[in-house]
Amino acid sequence: MATLSRADVEHVAYLARLGLTDEELERLEGQLNHILDQYAILATVPTDHIAPTAQTIELENILRDDVTRPSLPVGAVLANAPEHDGASIIVPAILGGD
Amino acid sequence: MIDVTRLTAHEMAARLRSGEVSSRDLAVAHLDLAERQDRGLHAWLSIDRDRALAHADAADRRLAEARGEGTGGLGALHPLHGIPVALKDLVSVEGGQCTAGSRILEGYRPPYDAHVTERLRDVGAVILGKTNMDEFAMGSSTEHSAFGPTANPWALDRVPGGSSGGSASAVAAYHAPLSIGTDTGGSIRQPAALTGVVGLKPTYGRVSRYGIVAFASSLDQIGPFARDARDAAALLHAVAGRDERDSTSSPEPVPDALLDLPVEDDAAAATLRGKRLGLPREYFVAGMEPGVEARVREAVAALQAAGAIIEDVSLPHTEYGLATYYIVAPAEASANLARYDGIRYGPRRGEGRDVLADYLATRGGGFGPEVKRRIMLGTYALSAGYYDAYYLKAQKVRTLIKGDFDALWAQGFDALVAPTSPTVAFRFGARLEDPVAMYLSDACTLPVNMAGLPGISIPAGLSDGLPVGLQFIGAPWSEPVLFELARGYEAITADAEWRSLEPADLAALDDPATPSPAERMAAMAVVDR
Repeated sequence: MATLSRADVEHVAYLARLGLTDEELERLEGQLNHILDQYAILATVPTDHIAPTAQTIELENILRDDVTRPSLPVGAVLANAPEHDGASIIVPAILGGD
Repeated sequence: MIDVTRLTAHEMAARLRSGEVSSRDLAVAHLDLAERQDRGLHAWLSIDRDRALAHADAADRRLAEARGEGTGGLGALHPLHGIPVALKDLVSVEGGQCTAGSRILEGYRPPYDAHVTERLRDVGAVILGKTNMDEFAMGSSTEHSAFGPTANPWALDRVPGGSSGGSASAVAAYHAPLSIGTDTGGSIRQPAALTGVVGLKPTYGRVSRYGIVAFASSLDQIGPFARDARDAAALLHAVAGRDERDSTSSPEPVPDALLDLPVEDDAAAATLRGKRLGLPREYFVAGMEPGVEARVREAVAALQAAGAIIEDVSLPHTEYGLATYYIVAPAEASANLARYDGIRYGPRRGEGRDVLADYLATRGGGFGPEVKRRIMLGTYALSAGYYDAYYLKAQKVRTLIKGDFDALWAQGFDALVAPTSPTVAFRFGARLEDPVAMYLSDACTLPVNMAGLPGISIPAGLSDGLPVGLQFIGAPWSEPVLFELARGYEAITADAEWRSLEPADLAALDDPATPSPAERMAAMAVVDR
C-alpha cells in the first residue's frame, strides 16, 4: 500500500482544513504510516464479488410530507455564533482581500 | 438512615413509591457525593445542581399526585421516575454545555434538547450533569479529553476505558445509578468492563441520535450504563424507539420485556436453561491477559452448569475488524467534523480577514491530537485515488464481517459469549504513545458495531483486583435476550465474593490529598501529542 510523504501529509492537512505545526506534521507522518501499515492486511481479502455495506439496517427512503414546520428561533441559533448582527451570522470574506 | 447512593435504581424507585425517600433526597445525596469526590475522579465535566433539584422537586410533586390517584397512579409512573441520571457530554441539553470533550465546542450552548434528553424528562428522570469523555468519543481511555482524564475508581492511577469513561466511572463510584454513553467501536462496553458495571450498545437504529454530537454515523449508537441488568434495561426502555428526526432510528417496537426481567434469582437462573450460546474462538486474541481469559472461561463454565448450551464457533473475518473499523470510522468522522469551522458556533481563531486562514487556525487550534489523527486518516482514505483501495475495500470487508454473524444467527444461536476487553484497566499513559496499541483495546467490541448488532458487557469478577467484563452479542433487536442472559448470570453468581466488593480506591476519593487524574498523568510525564 501507499506510503505517505511529508508533502502528502501537508496536502491531506490542507484538504481537511487543519492548520498543523511542523512538529505535528512530522509526528503525523510517522504515525499515519504506522497505521496505514495495519491496513495492508485488507488487501489480502478477496472481495471482487462482495457488495459494500454502508449501513446495517434495512431502512430506506423514509418520506414525509413536504410541509413547513417550526424551526429553532433565530435568536437561539445566533446566540452561539462568534459574530452576528442580530439577524445574520457574520462570516469572513470569501472573495477578494481587504 | 441508609446511604441511598448504594441502591440500584429499582431499589430507589421502590423507596420513592413507599415515600421512604424523595427524589430530592436522591438528587442531593448524589450531587453531594459527586461534588465532594470529583477532584480525584474527574468523571464530570459539569454538574447542574440547580436544574437537577428543580426537576427532582417536579418529580416529587408528580409522585404526590400519583399517590392521590390511587393504585393505578403510582403504577403508571416509569421505573426511572425521580431517579438521577448522568449524560455523556455529547448529549444536548438545552442551554447547558456540550463540549464532546473538545475545546472546539467550548462555550457552545445547545439551543435544543436531544431526543434522549426529552425522553428522560418525559419519564421523570433527573439529569445531574455531564460526564467526561475522549474528545469526540475518539479513544479507549478518556485520556483524549481536552479537559483532562478520568480515573478508574478501582485504581486511581488507571484509566476507566473510553470513550464514555466519565459515564462509567460515575456509575462505578456511585455518583449516579445510571448514565448514558455512546458506543461507536466499544465506547460503552469497554469502559463498563474496565470499571465493573453493566453497559449496553443497542442495535443500530434502536435509539434516536437526534441531538447527539456525531462521530461515525453508520456505527454510533446510544446506550445505558448501570450497576445491574434490570436498571440498564429500564434505561434503554426509557430512551429507545422511533424518532422521525433521526431517519436511521427504527420503527421496531420497544419491547416491554425490558421492564419485566426476573427479580428473583431462581427465576432468572432458570432462563439460562437451553439457551444456545456460541463461543467465538477468534475473540480469545493474542495479547489477551491470562487473568481476563480465566474469568471469561469460568463465566462460560458457570453458564453451562446452569443449563446453557455452549458451542465453539468461528467468526473467520474477525482479524480484519480493526483495519476495517479504522478506515470506516475515521472516514465518517472526517466528514462529520467538517462542520466545526468557527463560523456558526464554537470559538473562532484567526484574524477574520481570510476564511481559509480562519478555518486552518480554528480547526488546527481547536482539535486535539487524536481527533487530528483521525481526521487525517479519514480524509486520506476518502481522497481521490485512494477511495477504492481504502474506504470501498473496507465497506466490502464489512459485508464479510457482518456475514460471519448472520451465519450464526441463521443456525439458531441465541447469542454469542466473549470477553469485552482483552485486558483489565491499564495505567495512565500506557498506550498514549502508540495509537495502534490503543486501538487494540477495542478488538473484541468493534466488529459488533461494524455489523450493527447489540452487545452488552457485564461484570464477571476480578483479575489482580481489577474488573473483567463478559460480553454477550446478539442478533439485531435481541436486547431482551441479552438482558435475560445478563440477569441470569447475575443470579448464578449472586453469592460470589467479588460481587460484595466495592471499587478499591473509593475511600481515597474522600481524601483531599488525593491528586487529580490530570496531576497523576503529569507526574508520569505522559505527553499526548
